[in-house]
Amino acid sequence: MSLARLAWAYLASRPLLTALHLTMLALGVGTMVFLLLATGQAERRLGRDAVGVDLVVGAKGSPLQLILSSVLHLDVPTGNIPRAEAMKVAADPLVALAVPIALGDSHRGYRIVGTEASFLPFYGARLATGRAFGREMEAVLGAEAARATGYGAGARFPGTHGLADGGAAHAEDYTVVGVLAPTGTVVDRLVLTPLESVWHTHAVAGGTGEAGEITALLVRYRTPIAAAVMPQRINATTALQAASPAYESARLMNLVGVGLDTMRAFAMILLASAAVSVFVALTSALQERRYDLALLRTLGARPASLFVLVAAEGVTLVIAGVILGFALGHGATELLGRWLAATRSWSITGLAWEPAEFTIAVAVIAAGIATSLIPAFQAYRRDPAILLKR
Amino acid sequence: MLEIRDLRHDYAGRTVLSVPAWEVAKGEASVVLGPSGSGKSTLLAAISGLLRPTSGSIRVAGEEVTALSPVARDAFRARRVGLVPQTLHLIGVISVRDNLRLAASLAGGGVDEKWIDACLAALGIGDLSSRHAADLSVGEAQRVAIARAVVNRPALVLADEPTSALDDASCEQALALLLQHSAAAGATLLVATHDRRVLPHFTRRLEL
Repeated sequence: MSLARLAWAYLASRPLLTALHLTMLALGVGTMVFLLLATGQAERRLGRDAVGVDLVVGAKGSPLQLILSSVLHLDVPTGNIPRAEAMKVAADPLVALAVPIALGDSHRGYRIVGTEASFLPFYGARLATGRAFGREMEAVLGAEAARATGYGAGARFPGTHGLADGGAAHAEDYTVVGVLAPTGTVVDRLVLTPLESVWHTHAVAGGTGEAGEITALLVRYRTPIAAAVMPQRINATTALQAASPAYESARLMNLVGVGLDTMRAFAMILLASAAVSVFVALTSALQERRYDLALLRTLGARPASLFVLVAAEGVTLVIAGVILGFALGHGATELLGRWLAATRSWSITGLAWEPAEFTIAVAVIAAGIATSLIPAFQAYRRDPAILLKR
Repeated sequence: MLEIRDLRHDYAGRTVLSVPAWEVAKGEASVVLGPSGSGKSTLLAAISGLLRPTSGSIRVAGEEVTALSPVARDAFRARRVGLVPQTLHLIGVISVRDNLRLAASLAGGGVDEKWIDACLAALGIGDLSSRHAADLSVGEAQRVAIARAVVNRPALVLADEPTSALDDASCEQALALLLQHSAAAGATLLVATHDRRVLPHFTRRLEL
């Protein structure tokens, strides 16, 4: 019977109080871990998906919606714009690269993007198998879209109307001619096809060449100076809207940040409450067990052993709370990730590790040790002779 | 076995314990008698090394207790002394057997499960081994406290007011258990009490 087992027996002797402390600690730590995992992965994905896209030109409306629909492929587009107008922007000397995209259809939740061959070099995408699309109704699949559908070169599939799964199928099938290597960006989840395919399936009048409509033009600047000139000029002098992915992503994170800060504050309050509660419980337990502690001294336990006994009780509780909290945070992130993958074409995973999690674990355990030290020191200073004076 | 010379302990400017000289032979049972506040508990605390007296000498089995460091006194107490407190205090959240195991492991000599079985059986509480100490009756707790006091085969068993709250029959039974099992463990027994009912059981006494 070691003192460690005795510390455990004391914890087990108050199951409700121990469960309450564990719940508070686990909820606090779990919330912090969940926020860390979810925001870390979301910020990285926003950065990855928008990399190389300096400006998006599309229909007037919400700039954030334009970025969400045309860069992150999450929202519906703000509308269409004449391709001819967009090409005038593409011809600007401040533009290094520009690629048009046309949205409207999807297949099993994966968006079909009408575009040009320059889309692949724009995103740095390489073919893993097959060849690039060339003719109408030919399609190249992103790596994840190919893996999920199981399609390879030669496979045929229909496009369905709308950007979510479950729309009405178009009559004519696409034919897969190639599959892209994984890029770690939004391209992995896209089905790429010539602009003409989109125009054709939607029977757009004059849907060829310069007369067609597109959803957006993705622009890469030739020079950083363009950032100060182009968006303002386009917004002021044309019927188009120009939006910066970097600016809108930052704005999105700021908007979401208020909610995140509230959740972080909630988690901090939970953790602080748990720390105070553990401290009060240990201090009151010390009073309840004053004769136990005196008895241990009469049995030969050193003052330092009593210090360790009381501290071990608090530290065991905190470490168990941290472990439960990590399981809770990672589990909740994984569940949310699966739900997002099934419904929003966006995924996060709970099977990842953020370096800052280590900081959370160390900080909470350090706080738990600090909380346990005062009662442990009180145990250290107990007069063992009280058992003989009782 | 126990030799006390010129022992004095002062507290808050007054002498609360004074024993000029006293000796107890190995295996002998003796009683320290005195009213409340006469220094009986202080004497037990000093003999067991729980407190360091102001002056004087206490030798237990040749070891000068007052010269030991605090850490050495803890080790001495665990190894050499078995204590039966007046309240019989047991640790309630663990089993009877674990109370004895704890005493054995704190003494550092390893846990001898067969000897624990023997101690429990000798006191007639072998069937209580796995019961939580908090669930015992006073009579059962008394036997467990005695078993715990002798589990490390101590040189000295100290009992503090073991009969003060007991009726005559229970008093006789408690003393019989203490005398019998201290002797069986080869320990010297020292009982501190103000209860004069115990006097017929002891040939040697120290009046404070």
